[in-house]
Amino acid sequence: MSRIVYNGPTDDHQARGTPYSGDPDGGEGVASDPLRTLALDGWHRARGARMVPFAGYEMPVQYDGVIAEHQWTRQHAGLFDVSHMGQLLFYGERADAALETLLPGELRMLKDGRLRYSLLLDDNGGIVDDLMATRRGDHFYVVVNGATKHDDIAEFERRLPRGVVLDHMKEQALLALQGPEAVAVLEGLAPGVSELSFMQGAMFRVAGQPAWISRSGYTGEDGFEISVDGAVVSKVADALAADERVRPVGLGARDSLRLEAGLPLYGHDLDRETTPVMAGLEFAIGKRRRAEGGFAGAGRILGEIENGTVTKRVGLLVDGRQPVREGAMVLDREANEVGKVTSGTFSPTLGRPIAMAYVPAAMAEPGSQIKLGQRGKLFQAEVTQMPFVPHKYYRKTAGSVTQ
Amino acid sequence: MSLFFTSEHEWIRLDGDIATVGISTHAQEALGDIVFAEVPESGRALNKGDEAAVVESVKAASDVYAPVAGEVIEGNPALADNPGLVNSDPEGEGWFFKLKVADCSELDGLMDEAAYREWVKTL
Repeated sequence: MSRIVYNGPTDDHQARGTPYSGDPDGGEGVASDPLRTLALDGWHRARGARMVPFAGYEMPVQYDGVIAEHQWTRQHAGLFDVSHMGQLLFYGERADAALETLLPGELRMLKDGRLRYSLLLDDNGGIVDDLMATRRGDHFYVVVNGATKHDDIAEFERRLPRGVVLDHMKEQALLALQGPEAVAVLEGLAPGVSELSFMQGAMFRVAGQPAWISRSGYTGEDGFEISVDGAVVSKVADALAADERVRPVGLGARDSLRLEAGLPLYGHDLDRETTPVMAGLEFAIGKRRRAEGGFAGAGRILGEIENGTVTKRVGLLVDGRQPVREGAMVLDREANEVGKVTSGTFSPTLGRPIAMAYVPAAMAEPGSQIKLGQRGKLFQAEVTQMPFVPHKYYRKTAGSVTQ
Repeated sequence: MSLFFTSEHEWIRLDGDIATVGISTHAQEALGDIVFAEVPESGRALNKGDEAAVVESVKAASDVYAPVAGEVIEGNPALADNPGLVNSDPEGEGWFFKLKVADCSELDGLMDEAAYREWVKTL
């Protein structure tokens, strides 16, 4: 057995945005910076985690097994360590207006304690990163991808006006507690969190430690993200894991969960060659921003909203049992390559392979039949609505769980 | 019946000139949850080192090589519906294929069970 081809965000070299060579050792020319360890490194190892390089850190890829952790999260509560992600603070009198020059989201009218999913764009409308931006009193709190955080910081510092000050919270840890039992577990440790609505956050104390907690995540489940000082994160993790409804979950299941939820992953489904409209992320462009423009790449992006794009990101249900992975070809009737699969795995919830791909707009309608090619073999797939598995976000205005 | 291992983590159980081939306990642990296995059809002639089967976990795909030359006499039909057998019983029910071995001396270079288990500890 050999020539293992790894997929998804468990491979450091893909995460850094270099073309994947198919060589799990990364091939030639791959940076070999020393790996950093997480504040919870020993905590993960003590619980049997298998650690792999990712985004410059040694990260837990799995504990019991990807499928068991995936299903535990869908049924109970999974605890993820996402401390590799970049946590940034933006101070300055007009920080919201300054951020709006780079991000297409509605930030000026964003209420205190509210989060928005947004995109850092280059001047051509290409996606530099996707992120979560929160107004927190006099500043903005922005969480960016781990693999891109240093480039993002350089980009922000180069392009934001001098009056805006950026602080990278290097010692801050970030946990995510996701799943239908997350709210009951966390309410017991941080009373009041159940009052938060999806995409809302506030300061709490959890296990005696001050923590910024938001009702958000990237699994499609109801859940929370918990930002605490790395020096005390083990106390918080211990308190959460002491609850029998909670199990630690690694990067492997994080990837299959977000794929089922139809959520794109930067460096795979999104990059500088893709725009928000190609990626189907028009929802991240605020109504006022569409009318007024004034963000990086606005000319191109507003034109694409008006006229459509040549290719679109779609979800695919793949026939059979064999997963079709990132890099597989989308073929037209004459077997010409007309698109690429950007993420693919075996869906534990659906019991079949699913994938995301960029396809020509004419093939992007749900129900379209598509042929894929991978390692010399043909696969049949059907374009389907995403998410593959319904979201279970908690929206207070609706009074209950909405899908 | 003697059990041999390759440095690519296949195992071979030799019974007369019939070899049963699978992947080792160590290999399935490294791959994680197996979700797909493709086995060769009977009658197919394999050279030593040929890609004989495919195994995929949630996060990785890998080829299984023919450890010796021979003719496939059976692919494990149970793996089509239950690829998880490779995880639950890798060196038993989770076998991939059976070969009629052309030249048993090709097995001479392989590790025996004790040597393989010792070697895996050093990885």
